Amino acid sequence: MEISGAEIITRCLAEEGVEFVFGYPGGAVLEIYDAIFKQDKFKHVLVRHEQAATHAADAYSRSSNKVGVALLTSGPGATNGITGIATAYMDSIPMVVISGQVGTPAIGLDAFQEVDMVGCSRPVVKHNFLVKDVRDLAVTIKKAFHIATTGRPGPVVIDVPKDVTINKTEFSYPASIAIRSYNPPTKGHPGQIKKAVHLIGEAKRPLIYVGGGAVQGNASQEVTELVKLLNAPCSNTLMGLGIIDGTDPNFLGMLGMHGTFEANLAMQYCDVLIAIGARFDDRVISVPNHFLAQPKKIIHIDVDPSSIAKRVKVDIPIVGDVKHVLTDLIAVLKETGARPNAEGLADWWKQVEAWRKPDCLHYEKSAEIIKPQFVLEKLCKVTQGNAIVTSDVGQHQMWTAQYYKFRRPKQWINSGGLGTMGFGLPAAIGAQLANPDAQVACITGDGSIQMNIQELSTAKQYHIPVKIILLNNRYLGMVRQWQELFYGNRYSETYLEALPNFEKLAEAYGHVGMRIERPEDVEPALREAFTTHKDRCVLLNFITDGTENVFPMVQNGKGLNQMDLPAHMRNLQQTPFENNRDYGNLC
Amino acid sequence: MRHILSVLIENEAGALSRVTGLFSARGYNIDSLTVQTTEDLTMSRMTIVTHGSDDVIEQITKQLNKLVEVVKVIDLSESEHIERELMLIKVRAIGKDREEMKRMTDIFRGRIIDVTEKTYTIELTGPGEKLDAFIKAIDSAAILETVRTGASGIGRGERILKI
Repeated sequence: MEISGAEIITRCLAEEGVEFVFGYPGGAVLEIYDAIFKQDKFKHVLVRHEQAATHAADAYSRSSNKVGVALLTSGPGATNGITGIATAYMDSIPMVVISGQVGTPAIGLDAFQEVDMVGCSRPVVKHNFLVKDVRDLAVTIKKAFHIATTGRPGPVVIDVPKDVTINKTEFSYPASIAIRSYNPPTKGHPGQIKKAVHLIGEAKRPLIYVGGGAVQGNASQEVTELVKLLNAPCSNTLMGLGIIDGTDPNFLGMLGMHGTFEANLAMQYCDVLIAIGARFDDRVISVPNHFLAQPKKIIHIDVDPSSIAKRVKVDIPIVGDVKHVLTDLIAVLKETGARPNAEGLADWWKQVEAWRKPDCLHYEKSAEIIKPQFVLEKLCKVTQGNAIVTSDVGQHQMWTAQYYKFRRPKQWINSGGLGTMGFGLPAAIGAQLANPDAQVACITGDGSIQMNIQELSTAKQYHIPVKIILLNNRYLGMVRQWQELFYGNRYSETYLEALPNFEKLAEAYGHVGMRIERPEDVEPALREAFTTHKDRCVLLNFITDGTENVFPMVQNGKGLNQMDLPAHMRNLQQTPFENNRDYGNLC
Repeated sequence: MRHILSVLIENEAGALSRVTGLFSARGYNIDSLTVQTTEDLTMSRMTIVTHGSDDVIEQITKQLNKLVEVVKVIDLSESEHIERELMLIKVRAIGKDREEMKRMTDIFRGRIIDVTEKTYTIELTGPGEKLDAFIKAIDSAAILETVRTGASGIGRGERILKI
């Protein structure tokens, strides 16, 4: 029996096991919405802005092993979704976005709500398709899911003209698909793995540096096993947090621009670096030349060959799926018994512990004013480190990364690569739908929350009980921090003078609003939100210290051993403390 | 350094724009680009002439390979290869120039493919430098119009780019 393109779309999504489609209707997708109305295989979640549809679908993927799906109408619907697509692309998140398009005869004629979505989205997708014939629709959807989820994952856009959704054809959904031009690597080269094992056997100061690739590659267990096997220190990037338990003694915290003292110095002074699913980006290593001025050998494991030798030349590249490569690497390590030099490693740990001792995340507690770090420490305590935490972008994001001790991967959902303000709330909605029984907290700021605050309405419609932790400092805090440090305190356009009454706003949307102004009220308020209002969406408006800065900080153009440190560490030297050790060329 | 990349790519709408978009988005140079379908009509072959440091060329090759529709990429300039470019050039051919143009065309082994009382249109094939040399060799004032295809390249001997 022949069915319409619109029905083919809903049938394909059902075949892929899709539970939720995040979207917003419009002229070009009316047929698809009609088909959605007539089916019961998946639910549609009506967002209030298409950007939120793509963020929610993205976070649905990030917090589960499933694929988020967004549905947008043509023209402005599609372009509104672009920011969310770019966000997913920068963090290599699998996602399938279906956008409506004007009918094929109208394409190119500047029709109403026409935009070249394939052209607009091309730089920010893993791949995209324009389906011009209904007979190609099912196989294209199959390809889209295949491409989005394999190799280095990423968003895939399918642009579907309206007549294609109306036209009919026989439906069959392929069980599997092969694309001759697309063969992502899986196993790593055994020769390279042997070389890596040999190098590890010579290491005196190893460091394991893990990024988001290991999260997407589901390699948490393997990473942890490797860390324990070598007893090496381990640091994670912003995107890698949770890949190893945040309370593990081998874990040094996050590294990079706002990384810990110990993680950044270990990164600078290690002699063998094992990089796993990470890409040496500017926020992690800052300036490549400075990073490499301290001699070190680098093993780089990544599924994407183009991530290797992009910013930093490495000694042993291993292209492959991180889970496969680590499994093989661990097997060879066990077989050969190769381990880092015991004496060197013991010395290295002494050094690392000496760096850890001054506690770079220490901050001045206050009995008068709420410190933002304090809220996050309490949140971690109240949720026992188990909540799924989404964030927006800015100081609150960095403090969350520093102070919330993530226990497992896919628990920390943030926009790392693109740094998209407005991500947090729709992401929390997506994450909650993917994990209905989990506690979900959205950490946000007074700037970020207002970039997608309309999603409070979506949260109401679908009874999403997320807890919005608003660190309200009346500033665009991260920009203000840079203006304080580098622009002579000229706070150009970073003070938000006309803030709404956020708790009343939450109430107006039908949620619980709370205002917290005293440090002693922080923990009780969090407990109330997570227990008394367990099933409600709660906005906790914490009035925090507006002058607080995020430290440590590696300024642009500086090296990892040239951090700006918090007050209690200002005079600390950022080189190894005992110069009789063999650190090569100290810089 | 100058490199000449051969790319086998699915013959699909938008494939060319993915390649050119990649070059502009990442700040790579395209000196010339030619493309046409191969004997297998489902596939096109591109020849891209570019320049950059070894690191940049390595990234270009990797980024091209990453495009879903790209089947294979090789750097022809890594080993012996042949490259050819076609130029059509329209020149003024009156008075003593008429004979001179004919002679120059013969010397460069070109062909005159269109003739009017006042003009010749000359077809010339060869490596880019040969076409440059021809332009230099004739009176620049006599050149009315030139059109060049950019280089197409193929490996020498047994070296084959095929799936």
